[in-house]
Amino acid sequence: MQKIETPQVETNTDFEVRSLDTMCVNESHLTHKWYHNLKYSAVGIAFGIVFVKAEIISWFRIQEMFRLQSFHMYGVIGSAVLVGIISVWLIKKFNIKTIYGETIEFHPKTFNKGQVYGGLMFGLGWAITGACPGPLFAQIGTGATAIAITLLSAIVGTWVYGYVREKLPH
Amino acid sequence: MNIIEFIKQPWPWYVAGPLIGLTVPILLIIGNKSFGISSSLRHVCAACVPANIPFFKYDWKKEVWNLFFVTGIFFGGMIAAWLLSSPEPVQVNENLAQELATYGITDFSGLVPVQLFNWSNVLTLKGFIMMVLGGFMVGFGTRYAGGCTSGHAIMGLSTLQWPSLVATCCFMVGGFLMANFILPFILSL
Repeated sequence: MQKIETPQVETNTDFEVRSLDTMCVNESHLTHKWYHNLKYSAVGIAFGIVFVKAEIISWFRIQEMFRLQSFHMYGVIGSAVLVGIISVWLIKKFNIKTIYGETIEFHPKTFNKGQVYGGLMFGLGWAITGACPGPLFAQIGTGATAIAITLLSAIVGTWVYGYVREKLPH
Repeated sequence: MNIIEFIKQPWPWYVAGPLIGLTVPILLIIGNKSFGISSSLRHVCAACVPANIPFFKYDWKKEVWNLFFVTGIFFGGMIAAWLLSSPEPVQVNENLAQELATYGITDFSGLVPVQLFNWSNVLTLKGFIMMVLGGFMVGFGTRYAGGCTSGHAIMGLSTLQWPSLVATCCFMVGGFLMANFILPFILSL
């Protein structure tokens, strides 16, 4: 019985570290075999196809968005948020459970200065590369192999953030 | 026009946007996962080079779903490009096309301008800024902000979190500044 106590404590601190500066955390407390993760790959594939076919991964569409030359990206993000808001509202209202019967959890984020400084920095980078992190993966998939350099550089950027995190204003 | 030809056309925003929005409830329902992509970059760091940095000292295997998800995005991109691609060049706003032409960018055959993003450009100043420095800012900035377009703009706004609205506004301000005032100098290098 004693042994059950220890992993629980570890799991909690682990969640705290994992949820630092991160919107998307795994809220599930269940563990599954690795192949259960393939369903996320399936969602990813569908998502990647939408990214390409709606030209969301296009450097040109991103330039048009920031120069107010096209409504396309505003329409995409706006309607995505609207569908997201309605879906989350329905999940909360009808207390919809996961397919494993777990209650769906939401962890509200607190404000910190990183959302401003980091947000501006990401915005500057987004307009140069024409891609946020998701499209980087899809761009490489479409055969723009040189974007692997951009992706690698983004991983390095993430690592350097982790390295200097304590010294940055938050 | 058969169905495959229909799918091969570029999709309008009112089809793509709702499909992307549906990713939020789908990920929640199939496993209590909050939609977000930039965290995958952090999990790669935690898995490959944690280097005893507290920020990377967590059980990344718990978040491995995120890596499966982005691998799927990669293959989705591949499938769309190989099987569903439209033979037409990318439609570009005339003003943008004219402006880009003054920087010598005239090839609109791909979604990524091949004249800017290619292997032989990596070591030129312009290519280095656009691929290496740009990528670095995306990686550093998204983690500092706590999320990217998916985590903040879509998941964060869907759950009505005002810090995400602040972050999204900052993304847009940064993008406007870069595209309109700084990028012209970079492109003319």
